[in-house]
Amino acid sequence: MNRQVFIGIVAVILLIAVPFFFSLFYLNLLAEILVLAIFALSLNVLVGYTGLVSLGHAAFFGIGAYASALLAKEWSPQFLLILLASVLIAAAASAVIGLFCVKVNGFYFLMLTLAFSQMIYSFVHQSTTITGGSNGLSGLPSPMLGTIDLSNPVFLYYSIVLVFVVVYIVLGLIVKSPFGHVLIGIRENEMRMKAMGYNTALYKYIAFIIAGAIGGISGALYSNLNGFVSPNDVYWTMSGSVLIMVLIGGAGTMIGPVLGAAFIVILETIVSSYTTVWTMIIGIIFILFVVFMPRGLVGFARLFQKLAAHRLPISQKGTKPLVNNEANQ
Amino acid sequence: MDIIAAQLVNGVSYGMLLFVITCGLSLVFGILGVLNLAHGSLYMIGAYVAYTLTTQLFENFWLALLIAPLIVAVLSLIIELILLRPTYHLGHLSQVLLTFGLAYVIHDVTSIIWGSDVLSIPLPSFLSETLHFFHQEFPAYRLFVIVAGVVLASCLWFVQEKTRWGAMIRAGLSDKEMISALGVNIKLVFTVVFLVGGYLAGIGGVIASPILGLYPSMEFQTLILALVVLVVGGLGSIAGTFVASLVVGIVETFGRFLVPELSLFLVFALMAVILISKPNGLLGKQVIKH
Repeated sequence: MNRQVFIGIVAVILLIAVPFFFSLFYLNLLAEILVLAIFALSLNVLVGYTGLVSLGHAAFFGIGAYASALLAKEWSPQFLLILLASVLIAAAASAVIGLFCVKVNGFYFLMLTLAFSQMIYSFVHQSTTITGGSNGLSGLPSPMLGTIDLSNPVFLYYSIVLVFVVVYIVLGLIVKSPFGHVLIGIRENEMRMKAMGYNTALYKYIAFIIAGAIGGISGALYSNLNGFVSPNDVYWTMSGSVLIMVLIGGAGTMIGPVLGAAFIVILETIVSSYTTVWTMIIGIIFILFVVFMPRGLVGFARLFQKLAAHRLPISQKGTKPLVNNEANQ
Repeated sequence: MDIIAAQLVNGVSYGMLLFVITCGLSLVFGILGVLNLAHGSLYMIGAYVAYTLTTQLFENFWLALLIAPLIVAVLSLIIELILLRPTYHLGHLSQVLLTFGLAYVIHDVTSIIWGSDVLSIPLPSFLSETLHFFHQEFPAYRLFVIVAGVVLASCLWFVQEKTRWGAMIRAGLSDKEMISALGVNIKLVFTVVFLVGGYLAGIGGVIASPILGLYPSMEFQTLILALVVLVVGGLGSIAGTFVASLVVGIVETFGRFLVPELSLFLVFALMAVILISKPNGLLGKQVIKH
């Protein structure tokens, strides 16, 4: 535990030091990684900890992004106010959608989340007067933190780091709490949790709302970072991308989704500077991960640690594909 | 009344289009338990191959309709042998993720080969005409699509209900272990079913592309519609897929006619309502329990 806190403090110091040593390009790259890491962390609450594979998480990202953009345009450019309002709106939306989604499992959960996110996508895409339709919303006013203008990329970066650290700590506490352990219990064996007297539907519902609200945070940050939102942020391929981040990084761990987001964003930036076929390369890497490293980067690292420490044989539990637990229900 | 009748014909033809696109997905899901997220990509390859055949090699739509699905079928055979067969032990959700990765790969491969312009497939002259009856004008191609859908559905029904292969498929649907214990080579059945699924996706690509067009990311739009039809009809039921195609086609067409800004929304709302009230779909059986 203490070692984790130590690593965390070092990581935060490094994040704070970055603007002093790196150019604006890397600063923006890192900011994007942090924003998408928050998105991946929020999906991980469902996929990694509760065992519910959602293919509609872009809905909450999009709701957060559009809510933030519209509020900034129509109401106030105050960063914290917008963030808070966007989170509340995303949480309200996930409370409504979750009401239906947590009643089903497996493929049906996947399809129902997809259906709802596509409903939101069609709304965004077709209600041109409010959301700008397929053009999206651009020219958003730069956010303000009190009297500080966050159009300065360094200030915006620090705000994002702050939000990221808060989200990471809060989520870390949640998954370590008794509540988080019930979620893991549901992932491993929902029937048994029910038999033990837990109202698993309620736990799944709360997990769904937490995931939706934090997905909304990342969407709001994303629109602030980029200065525009587009319907692509709500489309189901976005849900697919974030699912890939979670699974490549390592579902069911806190650091995994962050690594996954970093891996995908960095790969995208590097690969797309050489060639335009980065989607193909992401696809191939994803396939290789599903087949050979079902526990993701984190699982691979742990396996490596165990091998290095000669603590053989490696327990089967550590290498079992996480996604299958859910499929067996 | 006339307008409603015309819209109904449009709706039915759109529904048949959806059926042609979805039946392969439904077949594969029903038997392999694999939700093939690359189905849209196979559909897209069928469409692009047909485009190349009709514009570059020979200007014959029918020949393209014959050849392009075969090429897609060979491709899906390769996919099954290389990607799916070694990974069946990983479980169903891993298969979903694998085929999703595959969709990413195919997305870029097609844009390398065919570019990212919007393309269209030329129709044979008599299919691009309009026919007059009941004081209405009907595009001949729409009527052709309806016929094609009905023929395909009848063929699938005949194979499933009246042939030995159909019996194996139905047996595999209800109990995989039992049928392999009875001496049927279930691996071969899987391969053949996936190949047929690819073939049907290819047919869907050729038939739908003159109406829906060819453009980058067409596969994701098609896949999402196919998934809607699949879920509404009931996972793994061809009859359900047929009914759901008609329902979705008619709802979409009338939605676009009456409330254009809500048409897509309506389709997904329909899917959500069905999933919530009848989780197994309109005609779905309780086959897949996971």
